Amino acid sequence: MLPELGQIALLLALVAAVLQTVLPLLGAQRGLAPWMAAARPAAYAQWALTFIAWAILTAAFVQQDFSVRYVAENSNSLLPMVYRFTAVWGGHEGSLLLWVFVLACWNAAVAWFSRSLPDVVLARVLGVMGAVCLGFLAFLIFTSNPFERILPMPLEGRDLNPLLQDPGMIVHPPMLYIGYSGFMVPFAFAIAALLDGKVDAHWLRWTRPWTNVSWAFLTIGIALGSWWAYYELGWGGWWFWDPVENASFMPWLAGAALIHSQAVTEKRGSFHGWTLLLAIATFSLSLLGAFLVRSGVLTSVHSFAADPTRGLFILVFLGLVVGGSLLLYALRAPDGRDGKPFAATSRETLLLANNLLLVAACAMVLLGTLYPLLADALNLGKISVGPPYFGLLFLLLMTPLVLLLPFGPLTRWQNEDVSRPLRMLLPWAVLALIAATLAFFTAPQGPWKVAMGVAGAVWVAGGTARFVWTRLRAPGGRMGAEMTGMVLGHLGISVFLIGALLVEGLNVQREVALLPGQSLTIGRDAFVLDGVLHHVGPNYESDRGTVRMLQGDRLVATLHPEKRTYASGGQVMTETAIRPGVSRDVYVALGEPLGGGAWAVRVHIKPFVRWVWAGAFLMALGGFVTATDRRFRRPRRERTA
Amino acid sequence: MSASRARWLPLAAFGGILALLAAGVWLSRDPDRDALPSPLIGKPAPAFDLPVLGDPERRVTQADLRGAPYLLNVWGSWCPGCREEHAVVAAFANTQRVRVIGFNWKDEPGDATRWLAQFGDPYALVLADYDGRAAIEWGIYGAPETFLVDAAGTVVWKHVGPMTDATIREQLLPQVERLEAR
Repeated sequence: MLPELGQIALLLALVAAVLQTVLPLLGAQRGLAPWMAAARPAAYAQWALTFIAWAILTAAFVQQDFSVRYVAENSNSLLPMVYRFTAVWGGHEGSLLLWVFVLACWNAAVAWFSRSLPDVVLARVLGVMGAVCLGFLAFLIFTSNPFERILPMPLEGRDLNPLLQDPGMIVHPPMLYIGYSGFMVPFAFAIAALLDGKVDAHWLRWTRPWTNVSWAFLTIGIALGSWWAYYELGWGGWWFWDPVENASFMPWLAGAALIHSQAVTEKRGSFHGWTLLLAIATFSLSLLGAFLVRSGVLTSVHSFAADPTRGLFILVFLGLVVGGSLLLYALRAPDGRDGKPFAATSRETLLLANNLLLVAACAMVLLGTLYPLLADALNLGKISVGPPYFGLLFLLLMTPLVLLLPFGPLTRWQNEDVSRPLRMLLPWAVLALIAATLAFFTAPQGPWKVAMGVAGAVWVAGGTARFVWTRLRAPGGRMGAEMTGMVLGHLGISVFLIGALLVEGLNVQREVALLPGQSLTIGRDAFVLDGVLHHVGPNYESDRGTVRMLQGDRLVATLHPEKRTYASGGQVMTETAIRPGVSRDVYVALGEPLGGGAWAVRVHIKPFVRWVWAGAFLMALGGFVTATDRRFRRPRRERTA
Repeated sequence: MSASRARWLPLAAFGGILALLAAGVWLSRDPDRDALPSPLIGKPAPAFDLPVLGDPERRVTQADLRGAPYLLNVWGSWCPGCREEHAVVAAFANTQRVRVIGFNWKDEPGDATRWLAQFGDPYALVLADYDGRAAIEWGIYGAPETFLVDAAGTVVWKHVGPMTDATIREQLLPQVERLEAR
């Protein structure tokens, strides 16, 4: 009975979304206040109804109602309780339901926090958001119903994909969906502004915290995904340029550009059209990501089951939303002559360069992701574009961005004498070069990568520190939340550079056959395989190795890498054992049994790999802190200096 | 004028992407298609001089491989399509009808060795084209790709994309039989 109620809740939510789309948009066009007023209640109703649907699906998992096809396919009776909650988003249908719920949350949040907005603006914004929710709800209900029954009811379910039975996976998808969906808010504002024909600095200021928070969530989502891939796939890498990773990385890059261009438009009134276009593009790329992941058009390690009907549905939805928005943009975009003029050497120019580089990187990722599809469509065969393409081009595009970064905050708006920021940053450039030279000659391997990482990190951190110092020393100088957020975000880049480039340069990997009692020595560390024992877990059996890590005679750590075989499918999973550390991770994975009691053992030493994720979390923190700035919540329009 | 025309650019670009995605949806219904013939077919195999993976001191040229036909299989550890076809390549190599030479394209030697250790090494020999220069001569623009070269060093067949059992049975084996009949 309950699953049918869930279905009814979804249908009612669809009705609420239709009302939320049609009434306020027409009302705003014709000036009918009661129609516009329908937007808020409809948004709350949609939230409540999607919440009910989600709770009911969760209940079906907890009670193990295998008559629901989705439950039977994604859990079984041995599944531990925690994973019964998280299995709700372990497959296509449930994760789409989660996505719909997250959209409804943003929707309700905008309805709730929008007291300061004029009624017409709010009606248009909620109307556009209603249309987006409507598309997702229709997709869920008509192509991917999570409440579908199977008859006869199976006695036992299949299992949740063992790869997803992991704490990292509990948080990764919701974070991503919160990020993707949040970009709906600036998108809806852009559409509302285009419908209205003018971009008001006040509304723009109102959307900035929403963009920052969404981007911060997306950052965390991507970082968690990368961290999960690192310890769960047993492969030792942290980024693979896989189509699904790219699908999340494109809106991230566009979102990073949007954060910066929104700041310029809000403060200086420049780049109006560009900011609107970026807001449209960022959300469109989120939708494109959904299409790429769920249509089965691109082959990827974590694709959902391919289904041309779903692909076609999202394609049509994508065409309507993005095509319609860009048509509106073409017809109504402001002509860009409204901003304050600025010289070639000014903060505006630097932020423009930032935007161009980030957008170019985004286009590069888009091209690389779609190229195999293009080759396929032109009948050139199925090919992969891998790290050789992405890695090189990304490095080429990000190098100037890192070089220019410290100049941005130190350069004045409108017009700047180049020698002033140059003089301020010269000592840091010298320091970065000295540090890089030292790193180059002391690095045991990969000197170029190490030197680049050190130089970039010192340069960005030093330049940012210089900005903070200048700021605090100025008369009446203080750091607002917005500025603190920016500083944190930029320091995050510095930390990330250390992680990404040092682990690439200094990574050591060894794979050897070890008999129990034998050892492998890497540098000062010795790894002794004590043995491999059979171990029985709740829903799997495993071979569990014991590896002692020694420095001289001192025991540093005892590690237990495992190979698990899940009871349900016989799928073998590698559980790596990791000894984390600030300056390096030691990563041990168990390979195949080689006969005669010997085992293949893989040991990686990964210097500074944690800094990759620490940097990402700092960037996300920067986004959150920025969003708390009081300025964004002031109801009245104020003059900018 | 130009500014107002520029506003239509995003829509035009999106139209192109949408057409491509539509083609993708269309193609995903029908996954089996044949590859285009290569201009190399019927021509001598391009000259190369490459180190052997795992033994960089040893270098191999196209002349060293003459005398018997060989199958050149282009792969990289970064390429999911290569992993997909690897079992098919290994099964064919096991039949011992033709030497299977690996062509490791734009890869880190460590990654490549690990990849072979994990998924099995069916190759008689793996050439390492670290910077991708030799690949340009072969007209390789993606991985996986596979070439069949006869004893005289002439390219007789080429396949782009992952090979399947059907590719081997319907395309490669007839070519191999023709070479054996000569």
